[in-house]
Amino acid sequence: MANRVQIPTNNSALIAMIADEDTVVGFLLAGVGNVDLRRKTNYLIVDSKTTVKQIEEAFKEFTTRTDIAVVLISQYVANMVRFLVDSYNKPIPAILEIPSKNHPYDPAHDSILSRVKHLFSTESVASRH
Amino acid sequence: MHLFNNHGNSFPSLLFLLKIATRGHALLKKKSDALTVQFRQILKKIVSSKESMGEIMKTSSFSLTEAKYVAGGNIKHVVLENVHTASLKVRSRQENVAGVKLPKFEYFTEGETKNDLTGLARGGQQVQQCRVAYVKAIEVLVELASLQTSFLTLDEAIKTTNRRVNALENVVKPRLENTISYIKGELDELEREDFFRLKKIQGYKKREIEKQLASAKEFEFAEKDSSQKGISRNSAHNLLSAGREKDEDIIF
Repeated sequence: MANRVQIPTNNSALIAMIADEDTVVGFLLAGVGNVDLRRKTNYLIVDSKTTVKQIEEAFKEFTTRTDIAVVLISQYVANMVRFLVDSYNKPIPAILEIPSKNHPYDPAHDSILSRVKHLFSTESVASRH
Repeated sequence: MHLFNNHGNSFPSLLFLLKIATRGHALLKKKSDALTVQFRQILKKIVSSKESMGEIMKTSSFSLTEAKYVAGGNIKHVVLENVHTASLKVRSRQENVAGVKLPKFEYFTEGETKNDLTGLARGGQQVQQCRVAYVKAIEVLVELASLQTSFLTLDEAIKTTNRRVNALENVVKPRLENTISYIKGELDELEREDFFRLKKIQGYKKREIEKQLASAKEFEFAEKDSSQKGISRNSAHNLLSAGREKDEDIIF
């Protein structure tokens, strides 16, 4: 009715990651990592040599795969592909911006929170220091 | 809902349409309000959740640094080598909130997490702690993902509902009301015309009757007068009719 987009009930979906090495290693340790028969992974380690194009492609791939429900992306990486992240408007997979060691979480840049900045007039979440 | 009345005519009357448009409008407004309340609640939860996520990530990051320190910096390779199928996954369900299906994520573990970190000489305990920290982080993150998805879905639903409310209020109802008042106006006008026609005819009839009464009286008078003055009855009548004709011109 009001909800045209049918969110499929998925019994088993992966958590993808586009983050710096430490973060990815930590999550891999927890068991989130997946490598399938075709050597396709559900994570991309971003370092100084990673190009914006690679990040874009990984983002596009992860967000179109049907077996991925959540994409964790370091906020500083998200900033590099901000236009892609902000124009993404599907509810699934969910895109979560996470902090990294050198870049603590900054609500001002979060794409979700910035969407509702206008709802808060005086007590703005995004402007909290 | 009846859209058919008793004579088998399938067009609902305008008044009925107006009634259901009004009721629909009120109901949709209520739905919009309920959804907005949920929306704000979820938003609050998201904000606080994101903050605790920041904290937890920091803790996990420290624990990883510790583990790396103790294990001699070799962790990365060992872990990367050991990735096969994910043991930590999510499943999604739908929850019905105020008539809108909101998604909800849950994380679950499947199979054994590879404890095959035999490449690490030391630091087993720290590594274990690190793992626990990151699993906890996943817990918070999955919860956050649920909230976020619900938030986006609600946003869409609220926009759609409000669009419908506005459409009913600004397009459908005014059109119906205008058509109804136009028809009422036409009917009133017809009634007035009929009434006027009726009155006009009554007026004519009345004047006819008065005319005849008046001429009957004059006739009487003429008879009396001519007999008194000795004028012939006919010429008296002729005089009278000539006068009356002129009068008729004036009246009409």
